[in-house]
Amino acid sequence: MVDEKNIKEDLDFWATNSEESGWNISSTDEGSQKMLEEEDEKQIKIQTGSDVVDDYVYNEETTEDERMIVNMGPQHPSTHGVLRLQVELEGEVVRRVKPVIGYLHTGMEKTGEELAYFQGPTNTTRMDYLSPLFNELVFSLTTEKLLNIEVPERAKAIRILMTELNRVSSHLVALATGGMDIGALSMMIFGFRERELILNFFEKTTGLRMNHNYIRPGGVAADLPDNWQKDVKEILKVIPEKLNDYDEMLLDNPIWQGRLKNVGILTTEECLAYGITGPSLRASGFSWDLRKTQPYSGIENYEFDVPLLTDSDVFSRWRIKVLEIIESLKIVEQVMNTIPKGPYRIQDKKVTPPPRKRLDESMEALIHHFKIYTEGFKVPPGEAYVAVESPRGELGCYIVSDGSSKPYRMHIRGPSFCNLQALPVIMADSPIADAVAAIASLDPVIGDVDR
Amino acid sequence: MFSPDNIFTTTIDKAVRWSRTQSMWPVTFGLACCAIEMMAAGSAKYDLARYGMEVFRASPRQADLMIVAGRVSQKMAPVLRQVYDQMAEPKWVIAMGACSSTGGMFNNYALVQGVDHIVPVDIYVPGCPPGPQSLMHGILTLHDKIMEGEINR
Amino acid sequence: MSYETINVDINQYYETVENFKKEGYEMMVDLTAVDWYRKKEPRFQVVVNLLSVSKNLRVILNVNVPDESLKIPSICEIYPGANFFEREVFDMFGIEFENHPELTRILMPDDWTGNPLRKDYGSGRIPVQFKNAPKVD
Repeated sequence: MVDEKNIKEDLDFWATNSEESGWNISSTDEGSQKMLEEEDEKQIKIQTGSDVVDDYVYNEETTEDERMIVNMGPQHPSTHGVLRLQVELEGEVVRRVKPVIGYLHTGMEKTGEELAYFQGPTNTTRMDYLSPLFNELVFSLTTEKLLNIEVPERAKAIRILMTELNRVSSHLVALATGGMDIGALSMMIFGFRERELILNFFEKTTGLRMNHNYIRPGGVAADLPDNWQKDVKEILKVIPEKLNDYDEMLLDNPIWQGRLKNVGILTTEECLAYGITGPSLRASGFSWDLRKTQPYSGIENYEFDVPLLTDSDVFSRWRIKVLEIIESLKIVEQVMNTIPKGPYRIQDKKVTPPPRKRLDESMEALIHHFKIYTEGFKVPPGEAYVAVESPRGELGCYIVSDGSSKPYRMHIRGPSFCNLQALPVIMADSPIADAVAAIASLDPVIGDVDR
Repeated sequence: MFSPDNIFTTTIDKAVRWSRTQSMWPVTFGLACCAIEMMAAGSAKYDLARYGMEVFRASPRQADLMIVAGRVSQKMAPVLRQVYDQMAEPKWVIAMGACSSTGGMFNNYALVQGVDHIVPVDIYVPGCPPGPQSLMHGILTLHDKIMEGEINR
Repeated sequence: MSYETINVDINQYYETVENFKKEGYEMMVDLTAVDWYRKKEPRFQVVVNLLSVSKNLRVILNVNVPDESLKIPSICEIYPGANFFEREVFDMFGIEFENHPELTRILMPDDWTGNPLRKDYGSGRIPVQFKNAPKVD
């Protein structure tokens, strides 16, 4: 239990924003719960499991009416969707947090069992709606692993091009909404403005601004449009310039720094214990990027760095997204210069439907077309897990096939679902004003959490 | 209008309807994918402020319009109804996107098959997700509807 | 990326996971279940995905859950990140995790009946009705 002196020191810290008053979050595998240091281990588990119960044993110094449980959400502008948080407050201080999720549960894993494999991306793309192409990619890669097929080089390059652009657009939204939560409203306007550039390119290529259903098992749905290099060059030219603008506006901004630095610490140990991946892990000083360690879709052929920051606070989680945008644009540029010619879908009649004009000429093509669009292609029995590095961390897909044309079980490991478990850790024992910054820094997408 | 020389005549009906359309504040009710497009509609390029609607109110008490942007799950349905009940009259509802209009492609146990099971809907905006232009078209259609409709709902 | 798949007996499950943690599998990435309704015995299989970030290895453990009890030890003590995943499996499949700190429904409302991802649970499809469509006799 925290004695009175400690509370006083903590209050000093919030007043002065300095490290001197002994502000250190104890990091254990179970997470950081400073107020519970002397409790037994089981109790700590319960706390980090964020169980806000009314029969909590109170500190002797804290009287009961000093604690209150406040409900935040599910309809709240800064919870990034329909996240609900039960926050236990002691004055201005957040003591415990319990995330309550499921308000966007769509039953997609059940629907995925009813849709054939070629329809699968339609379903998965709507999960993480800020990075839809990654969902399609991971589903397609898993299906291809079960089918044991290799897509053409051009299809791989297009996939990398589109997903890395998607990473840029997703991070831009993260920066924008993060800025909005802190109060930097210009950042929100800027982020969405730059995102439009990329969305226009997506619309030209895939037909939709979001939820593209573009990457499918066996390749991609369509080739890149004519003169696509022009659009990509425009993106490559404009976005770095705008990133400089953001830096000019925010990087040395004392308000921005004061609100974000040394706030919401999430150490490497906590990340590993809670299974948190992606920018949050890299911002804590641990270099782990599936694009480097377990590469997919030929991304190992391109040169890029994995940005690494060591402060593990909200500021570095914001900063690393800016750095990752720059790296992604590097990959996009390389893909643009080295993209091979050739087919954009696998030339396997069992998987890829024939082109429309062949249907008038060939009986066989008609039969294949009919079979694929009514029944779908059959996938050999087995199970496969494939993971890709989505903008929020490891996005995995686990499919169990029973030999039919529909998945027997389709499970998506959403990075936001896992990352959300860190909220009680990073919000505990911090002022309520920092809670919003902490949520924004994790960048949760509730569609990915609830699926 | 305020100087004694100028006189502006209209019917009270028309004046009320006009004032209702010109500053219609939506409540922030972003649920899923469509919420991102709703935010895009409010930001720089599409600029919902042209219709006096850029102020997304966090409190339903201050809002006139609920844009149900995204899929409504069974768990969210009571919350949605509560937010709607808290809004002051007159109030309107736009069902944005396929999921909130009909359930969309997710015809399963988890979703409410159309938000009109819970709240009365004035305008349905099609698309998955509808682009900001579609949403604005829906909003302008709602404005027309208000201008032509009765003032006491 | 290849990985190893290991079938683990339920009695050795907890110890196996503990050993993997000691061997350097720092992260529990994923935990889910498969319902082999009328296809296999026993019916439920829990699938645990462990990742070693230091050695860049991945291992997938398959554990069969006995039909009679539908109980399996919780690994929240070893990997705190398993908390949400175990609650999700409890919610969706009805498998109980022993010694879990807070085993309640996570995605569905608390008063929901049934476990949606079980194979004998219907998808809840509602037939689409069209207004003014001619009636089919």
